[in-house]
Amino acid sequence: MIAATDLIAFVQHEARLIDEQRFEEWLALFTEDARYWMPLDPAQTDYKLHQSLYIEDPVLLRLRVERLKGAKTYSQKPKSRCHHLLQTPLVEQADHTAGRFQTWTPFHYVETRLDEQTLYAGWATHTLVLVDGALRIQLKRIDLVNPDSAFGSIQLFM
Amino acid sequence: MLTNAAIEALVRDDEVHRDAYTSPEVFAHEMTHLFANTWVYVGHASQIAAVGDFITTTIGTAPVVMVRHTDQSIRVLHNRCPHKGTRVANDPCGNTGKFFRCPYHAWSFRTDGSIAAIPLPHGYNDTGFKQSEAAKGMTAVGAVHVYRDFVFARLSPHGISFDDYFGASLSSLDNMVDRSPVGKLEIAGGVLRYMHKCNWKMLVDNLTDTCHPMVAHESSAGTAVALGKTLPAMHPAVEIYAPFMSPYTFYEGMGIRVWPNGHGHTGVKGSIHSNYSTVPGYFEQMVAAYGEDRAKAILDENRHNTVYFPNMTMKGPIQALRIFKPIAADRTLVESWTFRLVDAPDQLLERTILYSRLINAPSSPVGHDDLEMYERAQDSLHSDANPWVNMQRLARPADSGPVVNGTSELQMRNQFQAWKHFMTVTP
Repeated sequence: MIAATDLIAFVQHEARLIDEQRFEEWLALFTEDARYWMPLDPAQTDYKLHQSLYIEDPVLLRLRVERLKGAKTYSQKPKSRCHHLLQTPLVEQADHTAGRFQTWTPFHYVETRLDEQTLYAGWATHTLVLVDGALRIQLKRIDLVNPDSAFGSIQLFM
Repeated sequence: MLTNAAIEALVRDDEVHRDAYTSPEVFAHEMTHLFANTWVYVGHASQIAAVGDFITTTIGTAPVVMVRHTDQSIRVLHNRCPHKGTRVANDPCGNTGKFFRCPYHAWSFRTDGSIAAIPLPHGYNDTGFKQSEAAKGMTAVGAVHVYRDFVFARLSPHGISFDDYFGASLSSLDNMVDRSPVGKLEIAGGVLRYMHKCNWKMLVDNLTDTCHPMVAHESSAGTAVALGKTLPAMHPAVEIYAPFMSPYTFYEGMGIRVWPNGHGHTGVKGSIHSNYSTVPGYFEQMVAAYGEDRAKAILDENRHNTVYFPNMTMKGPIQALRIFKPIAADRTLVESWTFRLVDAPDQLLERTILYSRLINAPSSPVGHDDLEMYERAQDSLHSDANPWVNMQRLARPADSGPVVNGTSELQMRNQFQAWKHFMTVTP
């Protein structure tokens, strides 16, 4: 039986893995059909015929992780670092029969490189499913408060 | 105020002085001269389909509003109240009806810019107001030309005509529009906005720089190729990334063509866009619309980047357009727009959107690769050791064009000759 505290701990653990750049463990949290989605429009429902900042399947997430490690990844010389500050996730759906859950988590995210520090704010909605008894991310939707603003390079993960 | 001689001294035949990229004074001169004397892309007619529809944007750093007037014509007005200077239209897009109304003192304007009403008008009686600058209303830009729904404007009322300015370079726009079975495009999918801390011309130079993809993008495209080999089937993103890793010989063979006034394109004989998988039903639609020979001719033209000098670029084979909006000598906003080919399958729009996100978004690894190079250059050009940027590759009489080896820097030289001309010409 999955309790609310399990869901909250999962979301907090996921953010910690990103901040500590434990990307192999982070990738293992996603299902095979997962999506990491950051829409360009707060009300967006479609990601095929409308642009997004991110709509990554596990292959594209893997590509990013491999690239970050690369010896010729010049935009990571020196490397970026990041920091999540999460509000306690709210459990929005818990379908124990189907093994399907949804949490909603307001966050502040800071990405930094060299002397620059950029603050992003938004809400992460996790759709979590049970795979062999363990929670996995089927969809992580990140709605920035200002997805339509012009940004510089966003290189890590929110 | 820079003299013409000072501007001309910045551009040698195959070198450009770093001040062209770093100097605020040169940048200011670009805004008052280069961006006033040239034809600059403003927007697309599909963004303002109905009377009163408008978009706000900039030509250089000048705020403008593009609006569908009550007679259906497209007008481009300076987006400044003639009274105190307040920006009148503030949303990125919207519908203003028959009038713009300034939010400060309620002066209102017809959508051709003329004054419709001013509160307490008798206060201007016997003041000579009718002879004032303000009486002209929201002034229109110098000239507007709509070409196959692409709207261009020249800020200066005098100067080179649209046809003389673009000439044969319009063949790239034609090819993009002809790829719709009904010869029509619509802006679709939203706009990606990517802030660059570099000079806008670094992006323009990069468009025909074919000696960088296999180096600067090895981190992203090279990783995609390696990852692709481990996958059971072709991944749509790998299909887009992989051609970036093509060898020098591929880019040499692609060719570059230059046109007068700083326009040019890569991909004369095929390009990195030539071998995308086919979309079911599309070719048949094109044959039905154009006949087989013409349909093949349209789809076999796979130009890579076309530079519409000064600050627009497009890719016909994937219906994408970028504008490099200058903000300061060291700051540029890159907008990436995507188009739907009217009456063509949705998968083509889907590919366009995928391409722009993979290559030109703030989240794009390829974008990160490029921006890192521009920002390093913007900083390090402050070194006094060598004030010149080199553009000498294949700068020899035998390779003088108009179609040359695809690794030539001829188009960069072409741009800067046009830059020098439009920075100094008297319109």
